[in-house]
Formats: sequence, structure tokens, C-alpha cells
Amino acid sequence: MTTPALIWSYLSQEPLLWLTATLIAYWLGDRFFRATGRQSWANPVLFAVILLALVLLVTGTTYQTYFEGAQFVHFMLGPATVALGMPLYENLHRVRRAALPLIAALVAGSVTAVLSVLLIARGFGLSPVMLASLAPKSTTAPVAIGIAENLGGEPTITAVLVLLTGMFGAIIATPLLNLLRIRDWRARGLAVGVAAHGIGTARAFQVNETAGAFASIGMGLNAVLTAIIAPLLLHLFR
Amino acid sequence: MIPALAILLSFQLVGEVVARGLGLPLPGPVIGLLALVVSCSLRPPLAERLRPVVQGLLGNLSLFFVPAGVGVIAHVGEFRSDGLAIAIALTVSTALAIGVGAIVFRLVARGGDE
Repeated sequence: MTTPALIWSYLSQEPLLWLTATLIAYWLGDRFFRATGRQSWANPVLFAVILLALVLLVTGTTYQTYFEGAQFVHFMLGPATVALGMPLYENLHRVRRAALPLIAALVAGSVTAVLSVLLIARGFGLSPVMLASLAPKSTTAPVAIGIAENLGGEPTITAVLVLLTGMFGAIIATPLLNLLRIRDWRARGLAVGVAAHGIGTARAFQVNETAGAFASIGMGLNAVLTAIIAPLLLHLFR
Repeated sequence: MIPALAILLSFQLVGEVVARGLGLPLPGPVIGLLALVVSCSLRPPLAERLRPVVQGLLGNLSLFFVPAGVGVIAHVGEFRSDGLAIAIALTVSTALAIGVGAIVFRLVARGGDE
């Protein structure tokens, strides 16, 4: 009979264990999210990340070993990014009908998101790596991770910053836009999609269908725009 | 499912080749995203073919960034020392971007139809 220690030493070196753990942690996170009535603060990804981080710390597992298993899930970011083109394609008629305000708001929101975070971060004297990791924070995670890699940022930091941005945007959007007296659902949705990507978009769909459609347009177009402007704006800070 | 997945991966592959070949700052999958929009506009049946797999992927989009997120354990020190600065940069910037985006949309749309 094999001792538990030997079984553990086998499992901890194989991809199976950490791939399974990643799926289970996300599944638990998703159940928690549903149990709270889909509250923005109960984000299933944050839940899964904290749970897995604790398990890795307690078992003394390195991130490298974990990633051996989790890389199969990570790989899916690429095709999932391509798939984001579909909601954009399906909403092309809305884009054409409101093209002018839509493009103006997209550019304004996108530049504000990148420029303001860089200005504040530099004001606090954060490191160049942190600046590059922060720059794409309003972009949907798969794209933000790619942008951060290109810019010399730390993709794992970006992943968490993107999550926190989305959660904060989703929580603050409704009170903030009410305060600003913006009643146009197109304007509200687009602004949230540009600033708070998928998590903001999910929230917009909960509030209003039109806002949700415009949020997904904003998220999709901002993924492309940030990939272009983030390197340009970051260059000004070097 | 397999043909749709093969088509999505092909878009990504073309995107990577174009991005590296031309030295573009865009990540390969973003070029793949644009190629998907253009291809579906030119050939609407393609969208029908991809739809089920796309819905499956987008429905579980957030799962895919769990592995990258867990990588934060290697950077706990940075978050501890610069946590407040990062929190302020992130929250102020996000609120500003939402406000500016919505206000600009209304300013430009004024006079147009609701």
C-alpha cells in the first residue's frame, strides 16, 4: 500500500490536481455568487482566486506547479477573446445608428481610464512595472493580460487589478450616473462597458437591456482601442 | 463544436501571425476578434455556425482568468506596500472614466434621437 505522502507527492507534480482544483474553486465561487443574488461584491473569480491562493499557501505549493495544471484553463483566454467579436458583430446596427456619440464617448472614456490611472499612480511614485500593469485595467481581462505582457507589466497583477476595477465599476455605476443625472440608457451602458469591462457589462444587463447591449459594445471596442492607446500613453510616462 | 473551435483558433492564429509579422502593438487575439467581426459581416452564415461555441465560451469567460489571478500570490508584497496608492488610482480612475464617457455621449448625442 502506498502512503498518503507518496500519493500526495505524485499528485502535486501532475496537472490533474490543480486543473481540477481550479474548476471546483470557480464552481464554488459561482454558487456563492448565485446565493447572494449576483451581487457585484460577490465576484466568483475573486472568490476562486482567494480560495486557491489559500490552498496553495497552506499546502506549500508554488505558483509554477499550480500553473502546470491551470495552464489549460489559461489557454482558453485566447479563443475567448476572439469570441468577444460576436456580441460586437450582433450589435453593429446599434453602432451605426449612434456612431458619432458612441465613438466620442468610447475615445473619451478609454483615454480617461488609461491616462488618469497612470497620472495618479505616478503621483504616488509607483514602479514602472506597476504602471504598465495598471494601464489596461479597464479592458476585459484576456485582452488586458495580453496588453500588460506587451508593455512589460506583470500579467498576474493586471488580472487582479482588472477584476477589482470591474467590481468597483459595477458597484459605483448606478449611484454615480444617477448623481450626474444621465438618463440615456445608451450613454450609461457604454460608459460602464468602457470603464468596467465584462463585470460592468453583466451589471448593466441586470439594470436595463439597452444599457447591457451598449455596455458590451463599449467593452468590445475598448479592448481594441486600449491595445492601441495604452502603449502610446505609457510612452509619455517613460 | 470542433469545427467552430477550429475556426476560432484559426482567427487567433492568423491574428498572432499578423501581429508578429507586422510588429503591431495589438495582441494577436484582438486582431482575431476584428477578423471575426469582418468575416461574419461578409458571411452571416459563419455567425450561425460559431454561435453555440461562442455562447459557451463567453458564458464562462470569467473562469479563464482564474489561473492568472492566482498568480497574485507571488506579488502580495507589492500589494501590501503600495495597496493604498493602487486602490486610490484604481477607484478614482474608474469613476472618472464612467462619468466622462457618459457625459461625452450625451453632449454629442444632444439634438439627435433618444
